[in-house]
Amino acid sequence: MAKMTLEELRNLREAKKKEMTQRDGNDKSAQIIIGMGTCGIAAGAKEAFDAFLDELGNHNINDTRITQTGCMGLCFSEPTVEVDVPDMPRVIYGNVDAGVARRIVREHIIGKALVSDHIFDKPAADIIK
Amino acid sequence: MAYKNYILVCAGTACESSKGIALYEELEKELKAQGADAEAQLVKTGCFGFCEQGPIVKILPDESFYVKVAPEHAKKIVSEHIIKGRQVEELLYDKQQKGKSSDEIAFYQKQQRIVLRNCGVINPEFIDEYIARDGYAALEKVIFEMTPDQVIDELKAAGLRGRGGAGFPTGLKWGFTKNAVADQKYIVCNADEGDPGAYMDRSTAEGDPHSILEAMTIAGRTVGANQGFIYIRAEYPLAIERLNNAIDQAREYGLLGANILGSDFSFDIELRLGAGAFVCGEETALLASIEGKRGMPIPRPPFPAVKGLWGKPTVINNVETWANIPMIILKGSAWFSSIGTETTKGTKVFALTGKINNSGLIEVPMGTTLREIIYDIGGGIRGGKKFKAAQTGGPSGGVITEEFLDTPIDYESLQSIGSMMGSGGMIVMDEDDCMIDVTKFYLEFTVDESCGKCAPCRIGGRTNYNILDKISKGQGEMEDLEKLKDLAQAMRKASLCGLGQTAPNPIMSTMNYFEEEYLEHINDKKCRAGKCKNLMSYTIVEDKCIGCTACARVCPVNCIKGEVKKPHVIDQSACIKCGQCFTKCKFDAILKG
Repeated sequence: MAKMTLEELRNLREAKKKEMTQRDGNDKSAQIIIGMGTCGIAAGAKEAFDAFLDELGNHNINDTRITQTGCMGLCFSEPTVEVDVPDMPRVIYGNVDAGVARRIVREHIIGKALVSDHIFDKPAADIIK
Repeated sequence: MAYKNYILVCAGTACESSKGIALYEELEKELKAQGADAEAQLVKTGCFGFCEQGPIVKILPDESFYVKVAPEHAKKIVSEHIIKGRQVEELLYDKQQKGKSSDEIAFYQKQQRIVLRNCGVINPEFIDEYIARDGYAALEKVIFEMTPDQVIDELKAAGLRGRGGAGFPTGLKWGFTKNAVADQKYIVCNADEGDPGAYMDRSTAEGDPHSILEAMTIAGRTVGANQGFIYIRAEYPLAIERLNNAIDQAREYGLLGANILGSDFSFDIELRLGAGAFVCGEETALLASIEGKRGMPIPRPPFPAVKGLWGKPTVINNVETWANIPMIILKGSAWFSSIGTETTKGTKVFALTGKINNSGLIEVPMGTTLREIIYDIGGGIRGGKKFKAAQTGGPSGGVITEEFLDTPIDYESLQSIGSMMGSGGMIVMDEDDCMIDVTKFYLEFTVDESCGKCAPCRIGGRTNYNILDKISKGQGEMEDLEKLKDLAQAMRKASLCGLGQTAPNPIMSTMNYFEEEYLEHINDKKCRAGKCKNLMSYTIVEDKCIGCTACARVCPVNCIKGEVKKPHVIDQSACIKCGQCFTKCKFDAILKG
């Protein structure tokens, strides 16, 4: 995109805001968000990332987005992964190695059941709304 | 087919010990017995960090939060909540009102994320996601709707103080630079985070790089600068990559560069990589390093706000300070100043590490107590051990002991108890940590990082370190304590920069609160934590040793001798006190002390 004017920035913001909120509702695709700060990567987030890609490929799943984000603050349970599947509660998994990543794809994304033993809870609610 | 409900049972060690497993099994049984196992999935989770109220059960999607749940409650949870969809009121966390979700429980609200608002939420590599979260809206406001004086007044009214540790009012600082007359001014971001155990700035730069860029651009507009530098250490490769990527994207969108958003204001930012010298976190040394000179501090005044980079007026702020600014502009000074204490507004990010269950990055309003941080958010001390002290402020700070756990944290309160806010590292220590050992560690760090320019820091630090070393080896004398104090005073008064002036703080603080440990080391030649190796020994209790040879086999220096099935003996002169035999012995036959 070329350099923006004030108006273009405002339009882009509105458009993206809609896109990000729709993600939760109308959009039927699932989303996997991997915490890729230094702490996550050191704990093996990259291996988990690769395992997610590989396992999704193995099962021919094309409607699941994998994105990355920064440190969620739960460094004791890195790598952390947030999984958002439509019609299921949004949950955070901790200590996700390659094996757990594959289980998440098979059990959570495909099987629509949560993966036992690896769910963590965000200790803080983001109250900046 | 997706389940209608999910029952999350905490299976962390703390909840396990309070019968979490029996509860899990009982719930499993009840779900089957009442034919609800297709309705709800039972899930074991990691620790919710709320162990005092354990075992904890959370039901999704309505986020009901049940505490102190016993196995006998399982039947009711299944029959009432899962089958009939009614909350079991008597088990609800008492601060959670009926029908509300756990997002609204006070416990979870102890954190408040302003600086970390986007960390773990957006993809830091896409500017669009930042923009969607009101990114660059503050910049819009500053360029098109506010005058520079209004921006400065807003910051002053907000009461934002520098998060690098010293706590200087940010609005005042910007005002000095704005009012200075010069042909060129600069904006600098101090991302040279160097305290051991601190990683708040790294995580912010990695997780939300645009918030720093936006804030620096706002400062450029306000004080009349058109060039910014981010000074970051080369050992933060991911943060550097993401900042560079963010700068490229902002340039492409016209949010950096010439005529930002079509206005007459131009501003650009470049990175400068530091070699990881601790002293370069000191602002004058940092500026010297950007100029390509050796990173050494110079006496202030003049302060950088008036005479900084290449002699020009320069605003220099820490990463966390910058990340606060867009939110203050957007939500207003009244909102920001409503958070925190009388003297210290807003929030503080801490990197919580050490002997704590939930180590991690937290952000709490100023005025939160240490007890809330350690026990409510951090989930308490690891292994159920006893809290001894928390170290804040890194090598320039001090310890906070149990008696001050309920002190509301702000710049002044921490200073009054002999510690300091610092940049936000918080290391929690338990009964297994020796205060002399910890102090020695920090002294070693500052001795290593001293630039050597001034004598008090260069010689004083080294001498103090040697004395501490002597004490930890059991060779200390009573007069050493006086020497430590005298040297510490001299360093405080005569050192050129903050590094030397604050380097004795760990000594003063631990001598103040843990004098008895110093005395024990000197008089009784004893280290109660068992950390100082010269003051402890491992011995084998003859009665308990069955001669299994496990200790002899694990000993790296072969100093344990004895025949099979007969008591063994440790050769004290050869023992290196590695403690491997102690951990290996299954019969408690090895004594430490």
